[in-house]
Amino acid sequence: MFRPEETAKRGRRVKLTVNGTGHDIKDVEPEMPLLWVLRDELGLTGPKYGCGIAQCGACTVHIDGVAVRSCQVAAGDVWGAVTTIEGLGTPEAPHPVQAAWIEHQVAQCGYCQSGQIMQAASLLAETPAPSDADIDDGMSGNLCRCGTYPRIREAVKTAAAKLSGG
Amino acid sequence: MAGLKTIARRTFLIGSAAIVGGVAFGVYKYKTPPANPLLDDLPEGAAALTPYVLITQQSITLITPRADKGQGAISVQAALIAEELDVELDQIKTDPGPPSPAYYNTALSGDAVPFRSTDDSVLAETTRAVMDAPIKFLGLQITGGSTTVPDGYDKLRMAGAVARETLKEAAAQIHGLDVAALITERGAVILPDGTRVPYQALASTAATLEPATEVTLRAPEQWRLLGKPMQRVDIVSKSTGTQDYGIDQDHPGILHAAIRLNPAQGGEMRGFDASEAEKMRGVVKVVPLPGGIGVIADNTWRAFQAALAVEVDWGPAPYPAEMDGHWTALGESFTPAHQDSQFRDAGDVDAALSQGGDLAVEYRAPYLAHAPLEPVNATVLVGEGRVDVWTGTQIPRFVQKNVALLTGIDAENVHIHALMIGGSFGHRLEDDVVRHATTLAMAMPGTPIKLTYSRGEDMTHDYPRQIAMARGQGRVSNGQVETFDLGIAMPSVMASQMGRQGLPAAGPDLQIVAGAWDQPFDIANYRVTGYRAPELAPISSWRSVGASSNGFFHDCLLDELIHAAGADPLAERLRLCNHAPSRAVLEAVGEMSNWGGALAARQGRGVGFCLSFGVPCAQVVEVSETDAGIKIDRVFVAADVGRILDPVNFEGLVKGGVIFGLGHAMNCEITYASGAAEQENFDSFPGMRLYQCPEIKVHGLESANKIRGIGEPPVPPAAAALGNAIFAATGTRLREMPFSKFVDFA
Repeated sequence: MFRPEETAKRGRRVKLTVNGTGHDIKDVEPEMPLLWVLRDELGLTGPKYGCGIAQCGACTVHIDGVAVRSCQVAAGDVWGAVTTIEGLGTPEAPHPVQAAWIEHQVAQCGYCQSGQIMQAASLLAETPAPSDADIDDGMSGNLCRCGTYPRIREAVKTAAAKLSGG
Repeated sequence: MAGLKTIARRTFLIGSAAIVGGVAFGVYKYKTPPANPLLDDLPEGAAALTPYVLITQQSITLITPRADKGQGAISVQAALIAEELDVELDQIKTDPGPPSPAYYNTALSGDAVPFRSTDDSVLAETTRAVMDAPIKFLGLQITGGSTTVPDGYDKLRMAGAVARETLKEAAAQIHGLDVAALITERGAVILPDGTRVPYQALASTAATLEPATEVTLRAPEQWRLLGKPMQRVDIVSKSTGTQDYGIDQDHPGILHAAIRLNPAQGGEMRGFDASEAEKMRGVVKVVPLPGGIGVIADNTWRAFQAALAVEVDWGPAPYPAEMDGHWTALGESFTPAHQDSQFRDAGDVDAALSQGGDLAVEYRAPYLAHAPLEPVNATVLVGEGRVDVWTGTQIPRFVQKNVALLTGIDAENVHIHALMIGGSFGHRLEDDVVRHATTLAMAMPGTPIKLTYSRGEDMTHDYPRQIAMARGQGRVSNGQVETFDLGIAMPSVMASQMGRQGLPAAGPDLQIVAGAWDQPFDIANYRVTGYRAPELAPISSWRSVGASSNGFFHDCLLDELIHAAGADPLAERLRLCNHAPSRAVLEAVGEMSNWGGALAARQGRGVGFCLSFGVPCAQVVEVSETDAGIKIDRVFVAADVGRILDPVNFEGLVKGGVIFGLGHAMNCEITYASGAAEQENFDSFPGMRLYQCPEIKVHGLESANKIRGIGEPPVPPAAAALGNAIFAATGTRLREMPFSKFVDFA
């Protein structure tokens, strides 16, 4: 049953900035993975649970613009501003990477694509004109069980062109 | 066979007249169409013209009952209706509809009868038609078997056409015009003076009319949407993180649940001690389940942690605890007593082999998890005399029935809300997750409970793909394949899977030999025998089912014999092939790959072929032997589905199927030790990753005489083509998957 006295004892305040909004979450264990704080406490369901051990990349978010696996980052250890897929762009105003994903119709089941898109956005921020090898290196930690890899490669290139004004 | 003839005659008479409304495919005594489920709870002034079109004052909703697990089912079903209804896809909403017998899957019968899909004889067609009756009777609203398009192709277009003509009739009545003077366009009836009357404005009048019965489907040359590149209706939401899946369900007061089942799947839960788990932060309740325990908590992660903290006493596995026992059971099944079928027996195989065979080999295919990226999950709310279930499922009516049985609440008060699915590959043809979620929700009536399997629980309790073994022999003469003899042993997928739904699976299981007995080749002495192994670990349908193992066995054995004969692998397949669309796909990949053209040192090229689900698919794989291992360089694919409804989605599904087939052949297996699956996550069950993905060229042909689905057919030839290519490059013949047991992959 609920044990309010233990909650009070163990609960600790976690402060996060997510998609530009500050959150002061009062009752979260600092060791809870960021993924589950985002999904179950803040209701941001764009980041997905796929493996829980950094093997699939479905949970990928940005911390200060760099892709991380949110299932492996404890909420209490978050070192910067968090951006999820919801903060990258919207259906009405998609980020260039999202626009490229739409243009190439990458998604099949789509469950991995939030993570793929966050990974690609981070890759392109660091490497604006990636070679094929750069794309292979940058994107191979993200699993797609439907096998959309050929279109992911094409969409990353299109996104690179969009971002560089091409 | 007099009864069969009588039925067939009635089938013809009724079938040709009664397809109106899209559901009245009648045969035999089931000529009354199932009731239109949209007529229940219809809002005032709304019209449900067929079970597939719902028009209200505000909106047009197309009902897409086949589940979308990434294959684009919602989009293609909507497009089939919209093509005839004259609405654009940006004007409509889609809804999976309720579980209902109206949405039974006609096309499923096609693969349940012992006729090759290339057999268009009267007997074959008649038997397929008769099989339609029991499927309709059972109301099998199932998504699977690459049947969404063949099932919906006429039905959904007809539904759109009936609705369109009825709306025109309504407009004619209101405005005192002749129907023939009206046309339709972009969701409106256009009057002769150019006035646009939106369908929504006609809904209440249309609802009072009998649906039109005289409708003609448009010829493909007139299509606006079908056959042209389409934008899937879910592509924006899936690219912006705004697509909700089952796992994203949220409701006021929702609690989150985790599960821990006996690692030996199906073994008992003898007892448990939850005292530590119950003290953990956020834990609300620990509930015993058949074969395990569930934990309800206020957060999924807390539930996961607490489930691991429960001490449980597990019973033993109801199947051999170690892999040796599984392989031994298969090896002992090649006996007359285990023979399940021998639908292919041409010439005299025994006489030919008595002169001395050129080959005697054994092939193996392992258990495989489906492992879609979204773990199975279900949200259940048990209320007063009503249950609501939110889940992604391929079998909504079974789910409804099973929840009704568990809760004692009438099926009509069990509301299934079918949700977008984050991958399936056959996984969501099972409903354990819903049964367990229901048991948990029954422990907390009035509170919505979302059960999410951890990846480990999902992978280790994923009724896997069948394990299978094959033994092949053959003989060559004069540079040609003369004798081909293949025996395949596996447990029955259908018996295992249907048994879990309490259904009998009578007669031979065609899946034991699917992708082998039905191949379009004429070989002088040609035999394929299926052996039914005893039940081992429980198994289920995995993308392409029997053909997923048998396509590899059949095509690689053929390749071995062709090499033994000293013939060219492509030329000899073409010589033996007796089916024009199959020859065409083989010729196509020959051209695409420049078959016979020069290759670099340590490079090899292999061709693979399988006809499955009525679709011939040929693939040429090119590999290089590098210092880091085998690298798959390029794949050329050709397949013939009769008609391609969306070239963009077709190409995506073909490439995805090839990658799925190659990835599992490379490095995936589920093995049991001490009764438990040893692979719990993607570190030990990786599949293909992006850096390993070859360049893939796809060519779709449209010459076959029936329209078919493309979800499964690209899978079976991939492993064969890869094995044949590795042999060509290295001289090593791989006869067991995964190949990573024998070679490294770069």
